[in-house]
Amino acid sequence: MTIFDKFQQLAEARKEMEQCCNHFFNIVMQKIVSGTEAIVDGRPMILAGSNNYLGLSFDADCIEAACDAARKEGTGTTGSRMANGTFSGHLALERELAEFFICQEAIVFSTGYVANLAMLSTLMGAGEIILLDADCHASIYDGCRMGGAEIHRFRHNDVQNLEKRLRRLEKRNANVLIVVEGLYSMLGDRAPLADIVSVKEKYGAYLLVDEAHSLGVLGANGRGLAEETGVASSVDFVVGTFSKSLGAIGGFCVSNHPELNLVRYASRPYVFTASSSPSVIASTRKALEIMQTRPDLQQRLWDNADRLYKKLQELDFATGPELSPIIAVQLEDKDEAFALWSGLIEQGVYVNLVFPPATPDGSYLLRSSVSAGHTPEQMDRICQAFTTVKEATATAKSV
Amino acid sequence: MKGNEYDDIFQELKKTLVSFVPPEQDIHENTDLVADLDLDSLKVMKILELVEDRFDISIPLNIMPDVRTVKDFVLQIQELNGDE
Repeated sequence: MTIFDKFQQLAEARKEMEQCCNHFFNIVMQKIVSGTEAIVDGRPMILAGSNNYLGLSFDADCIEAACDAARKEGTGTTGSRMANGTFSGHLALERELAEFFICQEAIVFSTGYVANLAMLSTLMGAGEIILLDADCHASIYDGCRMGGAEIHRFRHNDVQNLEKRLRRLEKRNANVLIVVEGLYSMLGDRAPLADIVSVKEKYGAYLLVDEAHSLGVLGANGRGLAEETGVASSVDFVVGTFSKSLGAIGGFCVSNHPELNLVRYASRPYVFTASSSPSVIASTRKALEIMQTRPDLQQRLWDNADRLYKKLQELDFATGPELSPIIAVQLEDKDEAFALWSGLIEQGVYVNLVFPPATPDGSYLLRSSVSAGHTPEQMDRICQAFTTVKEATATAKSV
Repeated sequence: MKGNEYDDIFQELKKTLVSFVPPEQDIHENTDLVADLDLDSLKVMKILELVEDRFDISIPLNIMPDVRTVKDFVLQIQELNGDE
């Protein structure tokens, strides 16, 4: 018996997937043409699964800001925020995020994953309770586990189930933190935030909303679901990422609780990680500025989303429950999922293929995410590719 | 479910588990949930939801690493049932 025996099951699963879907492990972006196009296996590929919602990863001003920062401040900070890794840019970005969200406090983390790990493992500890939506991201689960709080799941987007648990736990008289996401990453559905806020206030709980996929996507100013729903002042903590709408990498938390600032000193994922490089901070600051001055980007994003969502419904695909820039096709059959995904690759369109246990209800997902950067011609090609693969699989089934 | 007797809980839990395993699978106290019943993480989460409804309890995820056998599960339910 060796330490590697436990990976045998994974090895077998991988082998099986290679046999029926040989491209899956060989997707390498050989050349990045733009925020929406790359060369894969020598062929042009439209990127329709990249979370680059506003298409800012290739914005000329963001690139210039990143290059300028690298020239002036170097390629990395080579240190933790608690040591030599706090540059003036980190503090400026924190101020700008606090202003953008109209909050008192902001902390910048090195990735979105680290933001959730840091916040959830530090805010809640032994004797306290976290109630999280069952479909929350892995980083939320990992952060909860790391902190030692008692973790309870409630059924996805089921406020009655949440309230039932709050009622059961009420007699414990313990601190409770509810954790939900603005837009859920797999199916693109929103949390019923107004109702969640209502039960949160009824039971005196705290609320953390992960706006990773909704920053720049929802709300008149792009602040996310809390803004769109009109409940921002009732949300205790907003966590988010720079690696989607802002086209870079990094994470943050904002809050009106002044104690947020103390989390820095108690949070191992914050203390024991090198801080974001100057170029990342500079491009993120520029992208945050662009996001606030270019509402047309959000409009174009939603126009593209509307177009693909309607097309997939017209083609009779089982889509997610509501329109959003995350457009997923749910499939029960693994072979059909692989065939459709491979067909899309053949057609020059890359979407995410996601399989259990990362998907809700054990289904297989073809997960598309559209971008403001997709041109009308690219949207035509994406829609045509889905039409072609749908017809091909229908023909194969009928034979 | 009313009452908090070990045998009653065992029988109720067995009723939940049978729908997740082959019909010929025998379920007894020492049955290992993963090794014997081959339950994956998705099935375990579904079972948790059903058990929570059946016993009207909230099961913290933290206790699951300590639950290997059906008996472990029954004892945890009994304890949570007593608390709530």
